[in-house]
Amino acid sequence: MGILQTLGDVMVKNGLITAFAFVGIVVWLSYLVSNKLTAGRIHGSAIAIFVGLVLAWVGGVVTGGANGLADITVLGGVGVMGGAMLRDFTIVATAFGVNFDEIRRAGIGAVISLLVGVLGSFAVGAAVAYAFGYTDAVSMTTIGAGAATYIVGPVTGSAIGASSEVIALSIAAGLVKSMMVMIGTPFVAKAIGLDNAKSAMIFGGLMGTTSGVAGGLAATDKRLVPYGAMTATFYTGLGCLLGPSVFYFAVRALTG
Amino acid sequence: MVIYGVGLLAACFLSGIFLGDLLGELIGVQANVGGVGIAMLLLILFSDALIKRGRLKAPTRQGVVFWSAIYIPVIVAMAAKQNVVAALEGGPAAFTAGALAVVGCLALVPVISRIGGAGEPLPEPDEEDV
Repeated sequence: MGILQTLGDVMVKNGLITAFAFVGIVVWLSYLVSNKLTAGRIHGSAIAIFVGLVLAWVGGVVTGGANGLADITVLGGVGVMGGAMLRDFTIVATAFGVNFDEIRRAGIGAVISLLVGVLGSFAVGAAVAYAFGYTDAVSMTTIGAGAATYIVGPVTGSAIGASSEVIALSIAAGLVKSMMVMIGTPFVAKAIGLDNAKSAMIFGGLMGTTSGVAGGLAATDKRLVPYGAMTATFYTGLGCLLGPSVFYFAVRALTG
Repeated sequence: MVIYGVGLLAACFLSGIFLGDLLGELIGVQANVGGVGIAMLLLILFSDALIKRGRLKAPTRQGVVFWSAIYIPVIVAMAAKQNVVAALEGGPAAFTAGALAVVGCLALVPVISRIGGAGEPLPEPDEEDV
């Protein structure tokens, strides 16, 4: 057995630890680039998240799988490290030390942002679906739901009997949204006043994609994360509630 | 002890996810409704109460703070396991739907933020710690 073979075996057997080391190197290099090449103007975490997405693309192209870099055998641990369990566990941890009064102050705005965010994304997605020739109520609803999040899309689609092609499209729409939020947020943060707890909560409610909000706020200002994540976490549930019911009936009524 | 902090965090996490699942079943959707948010509220309330009684010692806090600090690397790993290829292959319909939803909602952030008065900007950050 060659040395590389042995090394590979060690990495596979200790997948999560390998992921820690690997992500450590990615983050280190990203902060190096941030400091040396952009003089700190682009946040190191923003670069690291972008690099992560590029690596996910590479992984997808190389393996043809759906889990990005995690489909490469020796880096399978990245899937555990970046999976929902650890993601949600660390998001909850960021709430430590959060001021409860800040959350109460955003109260009504946060609720409005959730409703506007879900219904707005539905409407935009459905209109785009119509423009691209998906004119039946089921497809419009499913693609609209996908524009909410990539979980609401397939949940809604399977509930109302959409074709697998349309469901795949709704997932893609949700993925595009999540990635754009991850990458774009730090660049628009100033323009939309994303510098305080209240606007972060409203941002979370409007955008809704947990991964997008989590990544976007992390790349903007780490301290905003708990506020945005708090509201975003209600979004997918609300979307799954409204998508196959209220929204589907509304679209069906409109399209006749 | 550090494990007390990790244990507190884990207990809040599990309770929150559990309540979120129950809530989802209650309103009949196949999704967790606000589990993470409920867990965060539990952590805020419990840690606040413990701090006020002086029961949250420094090592215990470290058990929570570590996981909070490991958050960004976890998000980097999350980014690295996304199905980027599928997003890019979704074609113009998927791209337009996703992109317009983002642009529209971003534009609404300042509008809704104005409800009930503007928020206070967070103070200048201290040392960068990731």
